Formats: sequence, structure tokens, C-alpha cells
Amino acid sequence: MTHVAIADQEEETHHHPTSFVAKYVWSQDHKVIAVQYSIIAIFVGVVALILSGFMRLQLGFPDTFSCINPNTYLQFMTMHGMIMVIYLLTALLLGGFGNYLIPLMVGTRDMVFPYLNMLSVWFYFVSVLVLLASFFVSGGPTGAGWTLYPPQTILPGTPGNEWGIILMIASLAIFIVAFTMGGLNYVTTILQARTHGMTLMRMPLTLWGIFIASMMGLLAFPALLVSAIMMALDLLAGTSFFMPTLVSLGDSVDHEGGSPLLFQHLFWFFGHPEVYIVALPAFGMVSDVLATHARKNIFGYRMMVWALVIIGALSFAVWAHHMFVSGMNLIFGFFFATTTLIIAVPTAIKVYNWVLTLWQGNIKLTPPMLFAIGFVFTFTHGGLSGLFLGNVIVDVPLADTYFVVAHFHMVMGVSTVMVLFAAIYHWYPLVTGRMLHEGMARLHFWMTFLGAYAVFLPMHYLGFLGVPRRYFAMGDTAFMPESAHTLNASISIFALVLMLIQTVFIFNLIWSLKRGPKAGHNPWGATSLEWQTPQVPPGHGNWGDKLPVVHRWAYDFSVPNAKEDCIPQNVPKGADETHHDGSGEHSEGKTV
Amino acid sequence: MTTKSNETEVTASETWQGVVADWSADKETFAMPWGKLMMWIFLLGDTFIFGIFLVAYMAARMNAVEPWPDTEAIFSMTLFGHEFPLLLIAIMTFILITSSGTMAMAVNYAYRGDRRKTVLFMSATALLGLSFVGMQAYEWYQLIYNYDIRPWGNPLGAEQFGAVFFMITGFHGLHVLAGVIYLSIVARKVSRGHYEKKGYAIVEITGLYWHFVDLVWVFIFAFFYLL
Repeated sequence: MTHVAIADQEEETHHHPTSFVAKYVWSQDHKVIAVQYSIIAIFVGVVALILSGFMRLQLGFPDTFSCINPNTYLQFMTMHGMIMVIYLLTALLLGGFGNYLIPLMVGTRDMVFPYLNMLSVWFYFVSVLVLLASFFVSGGPTGAGWTLYPPQTILPGTPGNEWGIILMIASLAIFIVAFTMGGLNYVTTILQARTHGMTLMRMPLTLWGIFIASMMGLLAFPALLVSAIMMALDLLAGTSFFMPTLVSLGDSVDHEGGSPLLFQHLFWFFGHPEVYIVALPAFGMVSDVLATHARKNIFGYRMMVWALVIIGALSFAVWAHHMFVSGMNLIFGFFFATTTLIIAVPTAIKVYNWVLTLWQGNIKLTPPMLFAIGFVFTFTHGGLSGLFLGNVIVDVPLADTYFVVAHFHMVMGVSTVMVLFAAIYHWYPLVTGRMLHEGMARLHFWMTFLGAYAVFLPMHYLGFLGVPRRYFAMGDTAFMPESAHTLNASISIFALVLMLIQTVFIFNLIWSLKRGPKAGHNPWGATSLEWQTPQVPPGHGNWGDKLPVVHRWAYDFSVPNAKEDCIPQNVPKGADETHHDGSGEHSEGKTV
Repeated sequence: MTTKSNETEVTASETWQGVVADWSADKETFAMPWGKLMMWIFLLGDTFIFGIFLVAYMAARMNAVEPWPDTEAIFSMTLFGHEFPLLLIAIMTFILITSSGTMAMAVNYAYRGDRRKTVLFMSATALLGLSFVGMQAYEWYQLIYNYDIRPWGNPLGAEQFGAVFFMITGFHGLHVLAGVIYLSIVARKVSRGHYEKKGYAIVEITGLYWHFVDLVWVFIFAFFYLL
């Protein structure tokens, strides 16, 4: 065997780029690539946020704003959904945090294939450009809803059915290529490039979350790619995969015998795992933030790992719970309701473990901790409303109402964004060497947390009233009481405040770059490897002359009889220390 | 007899423990170069792509309102005045499977360090692949000009037949073509001695991709031509 493990290889002469372009533009350093990913993702995220502001203006105050008509409303809704789910959350969590944290946390110098990694970020950039270009073509972006259901995606009458949809499909295809190049890197790096002593069961949960999510992405995005190819053929070549025989605007269409349900199945076979592709890295990161800021080891580490694995596997068998009202076979409904409710078990295990990690911890209410605790609240609420929607009989009246909007915004939007904020406040000192301003951070947290509830809690009520989602204006529908209209107005006001407060966060990010207090080495007292680099922020090659050696798991906080309240992973075990990390047989006894 | 079964049990559980020990160790999870593992994972994703394509094909065929055309009649070839059903496709399949054999030979010679024979067999593989794509083009030509089948229409029955056929064989053909290009690039680098220091795992990685494309073809062959 000529192959030599990386940790045993001679140190190669590491090539240090010098020019500005090689360092910050065509960079192959995972840290620079991570920052590039993050900046692009946050930029499109802001675009999507502004779009949602327009939608809320229209919903809260109908007939007031002439710049929003039914067509633009649908276009804004589609682009808001698509950007938030794929171009912001997936890209920021995996492309941003995945890229930054994986090599540092496993103790290697870079991703296994840095060149591929660089291509990944530039393909992502192109996909974003193509997506945003659809705002500037004739007809504008597609308004078919982020699920892009045919036939209305293709038929005239839907805004953006000429160029918008083509650009959307092209952009998704480019994004999938970008993600595949990145995802292969993340998975291979975690499997093959771990440093000495870093066993799989010693990895911080952040890595587990990113690992499972990347693996899922590599298996779920193919479904989106296939449905995108088939839809592109329906659009451009006149095939009839998804288009049935039908009459549109008085003309019979030039298609016959296709199945719109087939698209829904293919889309959700991607779409449901996608929810967990976004959620699992968030689960992992919030576990690490909670443990670090509560100065306590994570409760039930092994259980947390297995819960991630089980959620990841099960999420491929629940997709049709998005389709209970689509007209598919009812036996399917029974099956998918069952699997959906089963997935609540590992998820609940995780929530209990987060709460038990906090229990009797030495909780420091730092900004990351505030957001992490906020996440536990919003995620529990979002998860509970998911139990309603997972049951066919309850879902049927609630589907396509604001209850669904409230549910997925709570569980996937707000919760994941809470973790993203927690993660940014937590790791910003590592990336920049400066702390974020604490006062601004606290203001940002409380306004965001309360604002999110003010926006999304009333939507559950609207859903029970039967207010339909996706509607441009409700008008004087008989069953809707006056309270629904006033509630919509108040939701909009809170939503605008919530949006406005995010400027504080963006300002804080920029202001603290220069003026934030110096972070120094390991400001939060964290144990995982990324804080143990010789230079802070980590330099090119991360580790100086020698790679670190790992001796313990990532959660040695407040160890009895230890001098410090945290023992980093690369500190050798003392002679009198009992072996009580998650990797050994003696994993119990620590949490009492 | 009993002792023997006991023995196998012991080894089985030992193997299992070995797997667990390997996976929970701090070394590389799989004892292979990074690129090879990456190719395996990529092929796993690619399997999903083709799997979903084939499932979509089945769904389209089940949902079609018009009858599916008789594939045996369409895919027949007239030679010396006789009709041979599936003749062309049998030759194509034979060629592709043969190319897997030459690829395996190339990997063998690469690890032995015989650069000349490696390049020879890789070129043979690429040529066989190219002839496969050429025959596929001929088959498309037959369908389009002799039977008037298009992605958007089919005089012989369900219009989805043409659509899925051109889509899936086209997607597979692009894979073969990409493989030919990939093989040519690697073969050229091998002939220049580019891998003398790095080792010849790259030939095996290329081979993995090539065998995968062959394997996919077996399924496409079964689902489109035999069913």
C-alpha cells in the first residue's frame, strides 16, 4: 500500500499565496472560502428579507401600495422562499460554517481538495447571479411558489413563465454542482483527514451535524436535479413528463399524459431531507454553544450522535407528508404520517438533552447563549405544531393556511436563524479576532426573539380561522372576522420592526471588525480544537509546524478536581483522570 | 460440524468488532486515498440520480394514457435481409462490458508500473467508449428518421416513450462521453510520467467511474429494451 495517512505524512512545503488576488479572491484556503460563502449568503438573505417586507406590507395594508400587484406578490413569495431555504440557509450553514469549522475542528490544515473547494464557492456565486438575473429579464422571476409545482409553473398566466423559470432551473442546477463539490470535500475531510486521537466519537456535535447533513445533501439534491432536468425538457423541448392534457386560457396545451404528482414526489424527496440538511448542522452547532456557555458537558453525547444519524436516515422516508391534500393514495398518507411521527422521537431526545445540558449548568448569558436558548424555545414550538400537521386528518383542514406558514417559519426559519446568530456571535471572535459589541448583541437578541414570536404566533390563530396562505389579498371573505385583518396589520408592523433590527446586527458585524474589543485566545473557554490554534485568528495552514494531537472528547467542562473549568481536547490526560469521555466504555457517570 | 459453525461465529463477531474498531479509531475511516473515497461517495450520489431517473421512467410509463410502443419491433436491425431484434443494442452492451475488461487490465498494469501497457489499455477503453457513443448516435438517428419519434411526439404510441428514452440514454451517453474525456486526460498524464511520484491510484479512480457507467447501462438496457 503506497498510501500514507495524512497525519503521518511529511510536512509538505506549504505554498503561501502572497498577492491580494491569490489570498482573497481565488483563494484555496478553507477559511477565506468560508467567509466568501458567508458574505454572498448573507447578501442574498438580505434580498430575500426585503422581499418578505414587501409581502408583509401588502398583506397588512392591502390596496395601499401600488408597487405590489398580484404578480409581483407571487414572484416575491417564490424568490423569498427559494433564496431563504437554499441560497441562504444551506449555503451559510454548510458552505460558510462547514468550510470554516471542519478542518479546524478535525485538526487538519485544509479541506482534502482545496481547488475543488474554491470551484464550489465560485459556482455558488454564479448560481446566485443567475438567480438574481431573473429580476431583470422580461416577465421577471417565476411566481410559481418555491415548490415550483407544474403545471402552473409552465402555463401562461403564471408570472415569469418565459424566462424566470428557466433562470431558476439553471440556477438550481449550478447550485447543485457547487454543493456537490463542497459536500464531497466536507464528507471526505471528516472521514479521512482527522488528526491523531480524533476518533469519530470524540468529534464535537457540530461536526456530526455537518457530516450527516452533507451526506444527506449528496443523496437528496439528485432528486432536485432530476426534476429540474425533466421540467426544463417540459418547458423547452415540449415533452410531457409533468404536464397532463389540459385546457389553459381557452387553448388546449400541447402536452398529454404527464403526471404533476410525479413532480411533487420528486421535489419532496429532495425537499424534505433539505429541511434536515438545514436543521442538522444547526442542531450540532447549538449543542456546542449550549455546552460551552453552560460550562457543562453535553448531556447524552452518544444519544445525540445517534439521534442525528436516525433523523438523517428517516428524513428520506417522510416526504409525502407535504402531499396529504395532493390527491395521492390514502394508504400513502397513513404510511407517511407514521414515519413523520416516528421522526419526532429522536428530535424530542435532542430537545430533552439540550434542556438537561442546561440543567444545573453554570449558565453564562452571553449573546450566543441567549440565541441558543431562544432556539430551544422556538424549535420546541415549531416542532409541536409539526405534530398537528403530521397527522393526515388534522393536516387536511390546516394545509394551505397560515398555520403551515407559522409552523415552518418557526421550526425551520426562525429556529435555524437563531442558531446562525448564536454561531456568528460564538465564532466571530475566532474569525476576526474581535468580539462583537455586547450591548448591540443583546438588543438584537431580545428584539429578534420577541419580534419572531409577535410575527409568527398570531399566524397559528389565523390558520385556525382558515386564512389561506399564498393569497395576495383576503378581501371581504365572509368567514374571516375583522380580527384577522387587524391581526394581519399588526403582524406586518412587527415584521418590519424585526427586519429593521437586523440592521443593528449587520452594523455590529462591520463596526466590531475594527472597534470590537480584542478577543484574545479562546475567549469563551471552549474545548474544541478550533480555538486551540497557535495564532488567533488561525493563519494559513492552521496549525503552524505540528498538527495537534487529541486526547479527550470535546466536552470536558467543569471536570471535578481540574484546575481550569475547561480542558481543551489537545491536553493530555492526567494520570489520576478516569476515562469518562463519550468514546470509551465508561461514558456514564459524568452527567450526574 | 458444531465446532466448525462455532468457529465461523467467532470469526464473524471478530470481524464485526474489527469494523467497529476501525470506524471508531482515530485513523482514516477507509484505508484508501482521499480521491478514491471521494469518487465512491460521488458515485453513490450519481446512483441516486440514475435511480430517480429510472423510477421517474417507471412512473411515466405507468401514467401514460396511450399504449407503450413495442420495443422489440423498434429496436431491431435488418441485416442481410433478416430482422434481428435488439442486435445493435446487444453489440453496444457487449462493447461497453468489454471496455470494463480493458479498464481492469489498465488498472492492473498501472499498479505494476507498466506505463506503456497502461496507456495502451486506457486508450482501448476510451476507443470502445467512443464507439459505444457512436452507435448510440446511430440508434437515435434510426428512431428519429425511421420511426419519427421525438421527445415531444411519438406516432407509435405514448409520447413519454421518446421523452424518457432520449433523456435517460442521453444522460448516460453524456456520462460515457465525460468518461472518455476523463480517460484520455489521465492516459496522457500517465504517458508523461506525471504520476510516477504520486502513485497510480488515479487510474483505479478513473476505472471506478468507468465501471459505474457500465453498471448503469446494464440497468438502462434491462428497463428500456427488455421490459
